[in-house]
Amino acid sequence: MSEYFIRSTMLDAKQAPKSNVGIVGWLQKNVFSSPLNIILTVVGLFVSYMTIKALADFVFFNAVFDATNGQECRPADGEPGGACWSFIQVFFKQYVYGRYPTEELWRPDIVFILGAALLIPLLIPKAPFKAVNSFLFFVIYPFLTLILLSGGDFVITGFFIPFIDLFGKTQGNFIFELSIVTALICAAIYFFGKSVGEDMKSTMLSIVVVAVIIAVIGLMLSSNFGLEVIETDIWGGFLVTLVVAITGIVLSLPIGIILALGRQSKLPVIKFLCVVFIEFWRGVPLITILFMAQNMIPLFLPEGGEAVDNLLRALIGVTLFASAYMAEVVRGGLQALPKGQYEGAQSLGLTYWQMMVKIILPQALKHVIPGIVNTFIGLFKDTTLVYIVGIFDLLGTVKATIENPEWIFPLQAMTGYVFVAFVFFIFCFGMSRYSIFMERHLHTGHSR
Amino acid sequence: MSSPQNSFSLRKIVYDPKIRGLFFQTILFALLLYFFYSIITNTVENLQSRGIPIGFGFLDNASGFPVSFKLISYITSDSNAKLILVGLLNTLFVAVLGIITATILGLIFGVMRLSKNSIISAIATVYIEVLRNIPLLVQILLLYYGVLKTLPLAKDSLSFLGIFFANIKGISVPTISFGSAETPFIISIIVALIIMVALRLWSRKRQEKTGQQFPATKIGFAILIGLPLLILIASGWPVEVSIPELGRFSLKGGMTISPEFIALYLALSIYTSAFIAETVRAGIMSVSHGQTEASDSLGLPRNKTLNLIIIPQALRVIIPPLTSQYLNLTKNSSLAVAIGYTDLFASAGGVLNITGQALELIAITMTFYLLFSLLTSMFMNWYNSRIKLVER
Amino acid sequence: MTDLAVKMKNVNKWYGQFHVLRDVNLDVKKQEKIVICGPSGSGKSTLIRCINRLEEHQEGDIIVNGTELTNDLKKIDEIRKDVGMVFQHFNLFPHLTILENCTLAPIWVKKMPKAEAEAIAMKYLERVRIPEQANKFPGQLSGGQQQRVAIARSLCMNPETMLFDEPTSALDPEMIKEVLEVMVDLANEGMTMLCVTHEMNFARQVADRVIFMDQGQIIEENEPEAFFSNPQHERTKLFLSQIL
Repeated sequence: MSEYFIRSTMLDAKQAPKSNVGIVGWLQKNVFSSPLNIILTVVGLFVSYMTIKALADFVFFNAVFDATNGQECRPADGEPGGACWSFIQVFFKQYVYGRYPTEELWRPDIVFILGAALLIPLLIPKAPFKAVNSFLFFVIYPFLTLILLSGGDFVITGFFIPFIDLFGKTQGNFIFELSIVTALICAAIYFFGKSVGEDMKSTMLSIVVVAVIIAVIGLMLSSNFGLEVIETDIWGGFLVTLVVAITGIVLSLPIGIILALGRQSKLPVIKFLCVVFIEFWRGVPLITILFMAQNMIPLFLPEGGEAVDNLLRALIGVTLFASAYMAEVVRGGLQALPKGQYEGAQSLGLTYWQMMVKIILPQALKHVIPGIVNTFIGLFKDTTLVYIVGIFDLLGTVKATIENPEWIFPLQAMTGYVFVAFVFFIFCFGMSRYSIFMERHLHTGHSR
Repeated sequence: MSSPQNSFSLRKIVYDPKIRGLFFQTILFALLLYFFYSIITNTVENLQSRGIPIGFGFLDNASGFPVSFKLISYITSDSNAKLILVGLLNTLFVAVLGIITATILGLIFGVMRLSKNSIISAIATVYIEVLRNIPLLVQILLLYYGVLKTLPLAKDSLSFLGIFFANIKGISVPTISFGSAETPFIISIIVALIIMVALRLWSRKRQEKTGQQFPATKIGFAILIGLPLLILIASGWPVEVSIPELGRFSLKGGMTISPEFIALYLALSIYTSAFIAETVRAGIMSVSHGQTEASDSLGLPRNKTLNLIIIPQALRVIIPPLTSQYLNLTKNSSLAVAIGYTDLFASAGGVLNITGQALELIAITMTFYLLFSLLTSMFMNWYNSRIKLVER
Repeated sequence: MTDLAVKMKNVNKWYGQFHVLRDVNLDVKKQEKIVICGPSGSGKSTLIRCINRLEEHQEGDIIVNGTELTNDLKKIDEIRKDVGMVFQHFNLFPHLTILENCTLAPIWVKKMPKAEAEAIAMKYLERVRIPEQANKFPGQLSGGQQQRVAIARSLCMNPETMLFDEPTSALDPEMIKEVLEVMVDLANEGMTMLCVTHEMNFARQVADRVIFMDQGQIIEENEPEAFFSNPQHERTKLFLSQIL
């Protein structure tokens, strides 16, 4: 027994040897651990230096900041050129707003500011009133934007539904009429239906509320608020980029949810239709969809179809495309939920829609927020394609100014496109950082 | 109302799931029929009023559309059908080359990202993050208008090592031809490949029987390089190298690669490679560290651990998203229309401009892309079912 | 010296600034069975992982079967051929069958013909009492079965020493017994074993020595009976009172 060991004094922690920690340790691990590593480090440093130098030279050291025309942007003979930032500065307003008239710029400005004010609290997990915030941002704000930017006063006549003129005042506004009629029918069922069950009644009530909201929106759209009407082909620049991207993502979310639910449905017709829809829009390039929208929407509509706005055609194409991708993202979230959630809800006697709205979708959507943000980043990048079908987003506007005869110089295209690349990089990189932040945040809420 | 089972009351539509399902599906079906019916009648009406014919007859007409980059012979008096074929081949060409390049680059940068060397992994991170966050179209335009179109005229070409030249017409590279030995050369390559496969099979059998290992891969590659070389020497070395030479106004000799192709190919490759790099990284990281430890503690050398344990498991995670990226690259090649590379979409667009028959042309292009998508998902399903890890 | 399976002299290891092994001295004789216990974070897993170089020590000497453990890759490979390890989470190769898991190392490291490797594998699979699972995949086996396969896999390399890193901690209670039985058999056949575990009954049954570690250092060593019935050090007493 006495040959065995019993400690008499505890040992304190000692300092780690120099070669293990700090700068020396880092160097040992990274640079000197093997000959290959040394070579890689040297080559890596060299490549980095050359790249950073070339970029810095172009963006800063050789750049021109005070030119007034293309001639002044040129470098002296024999010298390497740099970007001519004056070129960007001169056209900057166009890059942001397009050809939107200067006196009316307060309208897009309100749209930008209001959008930021509504979006930022939505993105901060701890900010309160998420439901109200979401309703304002996803339902009210889009229509507000539409009216502000375009001037409202739309003529909303029926295309497929025969013309009903009920009140004379509504000027054939079929959205208003349709929703009021629906609201009245459902209210009638609610008040007077005898053999109708309780949950049917509450469904009727919800439909009435929604229909009234839609009616109000329809009325607002066709009203004249005294704003000058600005056609969408005057809009341009970053404004258009945002309009396309945000419309795409906002509309594609509800459509995507419905498609995802439909794809999971046991009803064969619905499942088949949803699968075909999703696979079709996902299987073709976006540019073909935009072309299809541009060329075929006027053909599909009865006489007067060409009057359909160019931007609207592109928005329809983008929305259909985004919905298909969104459907897959939501489907991933639905599949990630354990079956027990469905079974638990069903065993409590909840109906399909109650189960979906109250139990399944809230959980599934939380899972897919990173996926939604990633889809949005992709959509944001894809908006650049709309210039090919004649809609002047940021890229299209910059491209158009590159042909401006006053400002021709060798590095003109390079300057313009580097600027666009920079803007997109800032936004997309920022959004992807946010997505990672959200993923981590949600994970800590979920880890057991 | 008699007993609920027998009578068909309105309640049934709401409460009996089967009837309700049937009811909704029928309504949906009816609505869809009406929707498609109105669309079709409107379309026919509109096309007639604009004097646009319906049908595929236009495919036989002369196209009148000039194409600069083509893989098969084509002149503007060839039919529209041939033009679309030229476009299709161009799409496949840039897609296949792009996929190969993107995969190689993606592998390199994905592995670099995992390196313990902070500088190397930082470079890879910057590469990946910058390329992923700039739209592909911007990258294409940057390369095309920003770089390639600002190159000097042919007579002032930039040269690299005296045998590569770059100017506004494109990049000229030397070409090699093997004259009379061309067919034997190709045959020797095929033979070498067959020998490589046979060698691997033989060495594997031998290892199973005797336990001895044989460097089949190294020797196989040596044969792949050596055998064709031998054939060339045996034929008297009929190798002719055509180096582009700067004449007074233009380059003669060699092969000139058009800037449209270069811009599209490069942009597609590096853009997709950034996504592939992330896929590769995720795949390698998905293999738990315990696998390496178990393998190490059994005494397996590092390269065997990589080949037998890490890579097979990583591939399972990598291949499905990888095939998605390949499909994306193929679809993205349609951006060729922005810079004048005549791919499938651009060729259809060219025909559309002249004939105005949007319906038929959009249908043709969409069909091809849908075909690519279908083939890809079929492959993915097949692959997934084959390599699925067997679990209880 | 050469009849010591493992000799550790003044071994110190740091994770960054954290001093995880402090001046550890340990001599393990051949065929000796040692159980190492202690609270989490005490460094016991790190200790045995240093023996087959899954972890690197910064100061001190580790000599395994007469070979010194340094950065020399050849020496490391030699040591690893003679030292087997069983992990808490089994670490079986999920894409290979049970048989392939066991024959992998003999074929590629010892350059054995396939038939011979398979015969050896079947022999050890019988030893751990699951020969009928040879053609299944790890995902199809229970935790206890997987751990037994892991033991068989290590045995196929014919090691002289076996290291066990909490082999039963990830198992459901009803499966712990089947794995411990295999380990007891192994002990009785003369294998040198270093085992980090909380299974004190196993220690009582099989161990020649029980070592208690805390804060990176060995606090107390003794024969099992003496260790459990009469712990000397304050910390040992505290630890035993918490787990027994």
